[in-house]
Amino acid sequence: MKNALKKGWLKKLLALAATYGVVQLLISVGIVNDYLQATLATICINMVLAVSLNLITGFTGQFSLGHAGFMSIGAYVCGIITLGNPTLPGFLLGVLAGAVVAAVVGCLVGLPTLRLRGDYLAIATLGMSEIIRIVFLNLEVTNGAAGLNGIPQFINWTWLFIFTAGTILLIVNFLHSSHGRACISIREDEIAAEAMGINTTKYKVISFTIGAFFAGVAGAMYASYFYFLKPDLFGFLKSVDILVIVVLGGMGSISGSIIAAVLLALISTVLQSFPELRMVIYSLVLVVIMIFRPQGLMGSREISLSLFKKWSEGLRGRKQKEVA
Amino acid sequence: MEQFFQQLINGLSLGSIYALIALGYTMVYGIIKLINFAHCDVYMIGAYVGYACMTYFHLGLLPSLLIAMAACTLLGIAIEKIAYKPLRNATRIAVLITALGVSMFLEYGTMFFVKAEVRAYPAMTGWMTQSIQLGSGISVSMLQVVIMAVTVALMILLQFIVKRTRVGKAMRAVSLDKDAAELMGINVNSTISFTFALGSALAGAAGVLVGVYYNSINPLMGVLPGLKAFVAAVFGGIGLIPGAMVGGYAIGMIETMVDGYGNSLYKDAVVFAILILILIVKPAGLLGKNTREKV
Repeated sequence: MKNALKKGWLKKLLALAATYGVVQLLISVGIVNDYLQATLATICINMVLAVSLNLITGFTGQFSLGHAGFMSIGAYVCGIITLGNPTLPGFLLGVLAGAVVAAVVGCLVGLPTLRLRGDYLAIATLGMSEIIRIVFLNLEVTNGAAGLNGIPQFINWTWLFIFTAGTILLIVNFLHSSHGRACISIREDEIAAEAMGINTTKYKVISFTIGAFFAGVAGAMYASYFYFLKPDLFGFLKSVDILVIVVLGGMGSISGSIIAAVLLALISTVLQSFPELRMVIYSLVLVVIMIFRPQGLMGSREISLSLFKKWSEGLRGRKQKEVA
Repeated sequence: MEQFFQQLINGLSLGSIYALIALGYTMVYGIIKLINFAHCDVYMIGAYVGYACMTYFHLGLLPSLLIAMAACTLLGIAIEKIAYKPLRNATRIAVLITALGVSMFLEYGTMFFVKAEVRAYPAMTGWMTQSIQLGSGISVSMLQVVIMAVTVALMILLQFIVKRTRVGKAMRAVSLDKDAAELMGINVNSTISFTFALGSALAGAAGVLVGVYYNSINPLMGVLPGLKAFVAAVFGGIGLIPGAMVGGYAIGMIETMVDGYGNSLYKDAVVFAILILILIVKPAGLLGKNTREKV
């Protein structure tokens, strides 16, 4: 059993290292130019956002419309710290501080509001993220509506990869722990979960806080890569943007979120010069998916190495039968 | 004191608009338990239809108002038939996400056709530009009087429809218990369509009134008033028609008072803070009754 676990880990690590190596090679050879690198950064940031929102909405079943609020906290905290201390340790401290502040706010907001259900929670989180936006709009230190400019760029493909892969690994591990199972049971049936002795409020707040933490990480990545922040970037539409990724990929599927993040980033890169059309297509995708495939691209299934193994075993089995 | 009364009057006219939009939210929520995010964009389309009537066809305020209401009625029914009806038995989150999608579609579709720029409503002429002086320093513009009068007239009409007509009775029955209403021979689908039609007509009226009052419209004008009108509906008790009226006036008043006496930069934040407080303290709203959850 333990050996099998280790074997799986080794394969995963190899796959991750291969992904990193291939992209790094493409960057150093020059095939991935600056423009593509920006798309790459968007994909990574969206992955972190989508996976963290998926933890809250897809796995714990708490519908949140305020993810952009947590992202903005991470972005601003990291931006301010990096502007004050433009070194690599300063940047890393900024990422950590941004994520922690976002998590603390998430916990404080979550404690009272997570008692609400369904649409009420959605509206409360929406209100919360609007309040965060308005506060950033009026603070001195965030430079109001003009925003922060010239945040030094410390993030490169290596850091993007570390943060993205780290987030995904940590959240997947959390979901496979007993805490994660408790969260999933809340999604399936809150009353039944409570009857089985699960402290539903505690696990809802835990999942909300972890989601907020990684949204903060994504915000910090954004601040460092795109070096410019203003409150309007983190409005209601940003939250909807993240939600579209989660819904398209499938609520309750990490690999779905990853695929959808890549897919949507590619679509929006292609439609770069028609911003209105891009949003029209986005919204149509949302409505059409909800009507014809409400479970999203992946449903709650995952693509994993064992799936490939099953396929290959199935193929082999068929061949053996043919031989016999 | 004069300033207080002046703010009161401004608050009443702003509150009228919120109340008109909130009625649509609350009726739809009452009948299919859906936060219709697209409602605020119906209001925006109403403003644009009114703009087109006044600018290109040189119609007066009243004909434009009626045309905008008619157009929004059709739009509301179309939205319900195309986007929400196939999802009648889907999960609530699925319908909510569809509503978000429809809302974005209307916003950016409009932006695609009419461009994102702000447009100015044609200036009013004649008696509409006058204002009435009440005592010293308090003035009520005729526009504010028109807004309040139209709102009150529409609310009375709505109350009449809901309380005194057959279709109103059907609406109340469906919102009480959809399955039982169907068993009693009520056509649930057409009743839901009718509810969307009523709510959208009110939103269209609000759109034209806002266009005339604030004089500028843009494709994203619905987002913030829509959210605030929803706050108003929750404040008064969502699903209750009198609740939406009370909530609309209350939110309009609070916003104007914060604007006048406190910090105008934080007026939106105050409204959302009230929303969160209400949801935590009394989720059923001001006029709502708490219902116990049964397994």
